[in-house]
Amino acid sequence: MLDVLKFKTPRASDDQGKGQISVKDVSIAFGTGAEKHIAVETTSIDIEAGEFVCILGPSGCGKSTLMNAIAGYVKPSTGEVTVDDKVVEKPGPDRGMVFQQYSLLPWKTVYENVAFGPKMAGHGRVESGSTANTFLELVGLKKFGDRYPAELSGGMQQRVGIARALANYPSVLLMDEPFGALDAQTRLMMQESLLDIWRKFGTTVVFVTHDVDEAVFLADRVLIMSAAPGRIIEDVKIDLPRPRSTDMASSAEYIKARQFCLDTIKAESRKAFESQNA
Amino acid sequence: MATALKIKDAEETTLVGAPAAQGTTSDAKPSRLPRLSRKQLGNIGMVFLSLSAGALLWHIATAINLDFYINFSNVPSPWRVLTAFLGHIQTEIFWTHIGVSMRRILISYSLATVLGIFIGLIMGRSRIARAFIMPYIEVVRPIPAVAWIPLAILMWPTEESSIIYITFLGALFPIVLNTLHGVEQTPEVLVRAVQSLGASRWAVFRHVVIPAALPSIAAGLAIGMGVSWFSLLAGEIISGQYGIGYFTWDAYSLINYQDIVVGMLVIGFLGTGSTAAVKMITKPMLKWQKRTR
Repeated sequence: MLDVLKFKTPRASDDQGKGQISVKDVSIAFGTGAEKHIAVETTSIDIEAGEFVCILGPSGCGKSTLMNAIAGYVKPSTGEVTVDDKVVEKPGPDRGMVFQQYSLLPWKTVYENVAFGPKMAGHGRVESGSTANTFLELVGLKKFGDRYPAELSGGMQQRVGIARALANYPSVLLMDEPFGALDAQTRLMMQESLLDIWRKFGTTVVFVTHDVDEAVFLADRVLIMSAAPGRIIEDVKIDLPRPRSTDMASSAEYIKARQFCLDTIKAESRKAFESQNA
Repeated sequence: MATALKIKDAEETTLVGAPAAQGTTSDAKPSRLPRLSRKQLGNIGMVFLSLSAGALLWHIATAINLDFYINFSNVPSPWRVLTAFLGHIQTEIFWTHIGVSMRRILISYSLATVLGIFIGLIMGRSRIARAFIMPYIEVVRPIPAVAWIPLAILMWPTEESSIIYITFLGALFPIVLNTLHGVEQTPEVLVRAVQSLGASRWAVFRHVVIPAALPSIAAGLAIGMGVSWFSLLAGEIISGQYGIGYFTWDAYSLINYQDIVVGMLVIGFLGTGSTAAVKMITKPMLKWQKRTR
């Protein structure tokens, strides 16, 4: 069993309460003139340090674009994103990313992939290696360190991806439909395992998904996004107790939250459908 | 059984080694024969069969002086070619020809490798460099090696340097274009992933762009080796005093018809051998790719 404190300690001294995200009047548009496409309409979000927030919405609603603005890959057209009061200008190791597609470097072993971040941060070989081992152990894959990513299953690769992002001790973990490509059983397992890691690690998590059940099961708060143009239409607090387990899917609170999300999305889809036909 | 299991492709049964019935003796004494799987032996058998069939047809065509549109009456028989070859390998001059050709290949190809990969990487990462260099590549690339010969002789101080220049050009373009192609194929998600891990521009280049391009670069190197032999021969036939291309052309001038074929076959084997060597050298760099399958 892993010692919870082992992961809290390096953060506890100086990183306490880090990971506060603020999206201020951000809008994101691509192209200019007649081809201008508004991906995200003026949006403001505040996410507290240590919070687990899901952004839920249909495909193409701009939820990934919004996350990419937090990550620093996309520059907002207006407004700004700050993480711990620092304006986001480019991607950085304080915001760990986990992608939907497998994004491990195929020419590096699992161990080398996880040790990459600490090395980039200027840590020596030994220190980076021990960090890599610590995080591989956290995701239960220490045995697979010398394998190449292609030798691992999809679920295992995503666990390595999580370990790799965490190895930089980021204050924020940004996850863009990380379990979207996995089969249903693996996805459930991964969700539980992610909550377990989050509980030990305590970092802020922003998790993008189009799966209502996934959002309700994981999040403290679900931000529902609507398409064309993308905007947050609902901010749903999920009051399920933690630690959560899959049994809670039958609890009244879970069903209520899930139903509310579904109704909101359905109403929004109908509106979009009607406006298209008008 | 234990020895049989040491073979890497476990699903293939072994010919040499240990059938279970042989028991402990074969376990204790490993066979001296190289361990080839049945499939590998089958492939070697096929190659042998195919070449023998070709030699037989060749023999028949020369024996009956086949003259049906193409004329075999001046073509030496396989036996005469073999005899000529066995004679030549005992002379020093024959090995000098081969040595000179190989040295030219080595120099030109090394230059083309270093410069080609460098140019390809720069073109792949900088739009300005690409726009600037691409027109030259598009215009110069289709010019065959033979067409370069007159100008090369005029441009370069020695015959040797003009041959090396022509050979170098032949290898350069496939290497540049394949490197460029490889760099362009860098998956964007990997670039983003390492950026979020704190990688600098240089680190992205070193840890993502170059490794992602390696399979394509390796393919370019193998193609470039083939083309460099092609260009070398053109250069050697028209100018030069040594080299296997010169040997072949000289045999034609001296009406030594069997030596023409000796020269051609030597060129074929040297070309194949050096391409195989390039593949062997690049293979360890791509071991991550092999495991993917």
